[in-house]
Amino acid sequence: MAKMRSDLMTARALGSARDGFHHWWIERLSAIALVPLTLWFACGIVSVAGADYAEFAAWLGKPWNAGLMICFISAAFLHGKMGMEVIIEDYLEPRSVQLAVKVFVNLMAFALGIVSVVSVLIVALRG
Amino acid sequence: MTLLEERLKRGGPVSPHLQVYNMFALTSFLSILHRIFGAALFVGTLLFAYWIIAAAAGPAAYDTAMSFLGSWFGYLLIFGWSFALFYHMCNGIRHMLWDTGRILSLPEIYSSGYVMVGCALTLTVVAWVLGLSL
Repeated sequence: MAKMRSDLMTARALGSARDGFHHWWIERLSAIALVPLTLWFACGIVSVAGADYAEFAAWLGKPWNAGLMICFISAAFLHGKMGMEVIIEDYLEPRSVQLAVKVFVNLMAFALGIVSVVSVLIVALRG
Repeated sequence: MTLLEERLKRGGPVSPHLQVYNMFALTSFLSILHRIFGAALFVGTLLFAYWIIAAAAGPAAYDTAMSFLGSWFGYLLIFGWSFALFYHMCNGIRHMLWDTGRILSLPEIYSSGYVMVGCALTLTVVAWVLGLSL
């Protein structure tokens, strides 16, 4: 029998499929980056655990440490924001609340991420 | 009509329904924990930001932050965060293997689950032993 209904009928209420893959892909990319970065971060924290300010600043002042810390912060906040979006979409109702919490999480991650990166630079460049 | 009801009516995909699963089977339990720890890690970035901002604010603020982080409550938070981090990382690797179509049979999901928890616990213990002894 010929289909009498447009595809819009079945697509409605399922959400847009336009950028779903992109979200999934960026979440995976940041996850891949975070595996070595997390291991590096853990080693770094272990090496400066209990250090005073001067020791910590000297450690973070090394170019590789400052650079990798900024990579870690960027990947972690991006990945965290994306993961939270998926959780919010899965469990929060109604849509208005979903949107409000998503906006809050995005702004939070953006602000905290940038302030953290700036903080790394301040410590690293203060010398 | 809520979004969920609308989706159910149209037979579309719906979100993971926690209630329909046995939440304490190893498979579902580890999966649920992955999400809970993921969300906890995101909230825990506040602690990380507090630490790094304090360092940027200067030696005095850094000392204050370190005395909080070095208290029993600070240790508890960092310990929880570190285990969640290693768990989420190890299980994330497991997820990436699944994404490539590997280790998807039930026995493999169980065995990789045990290996993953073992790795996460080992990494946490090693990190803390080294961190406290160095």
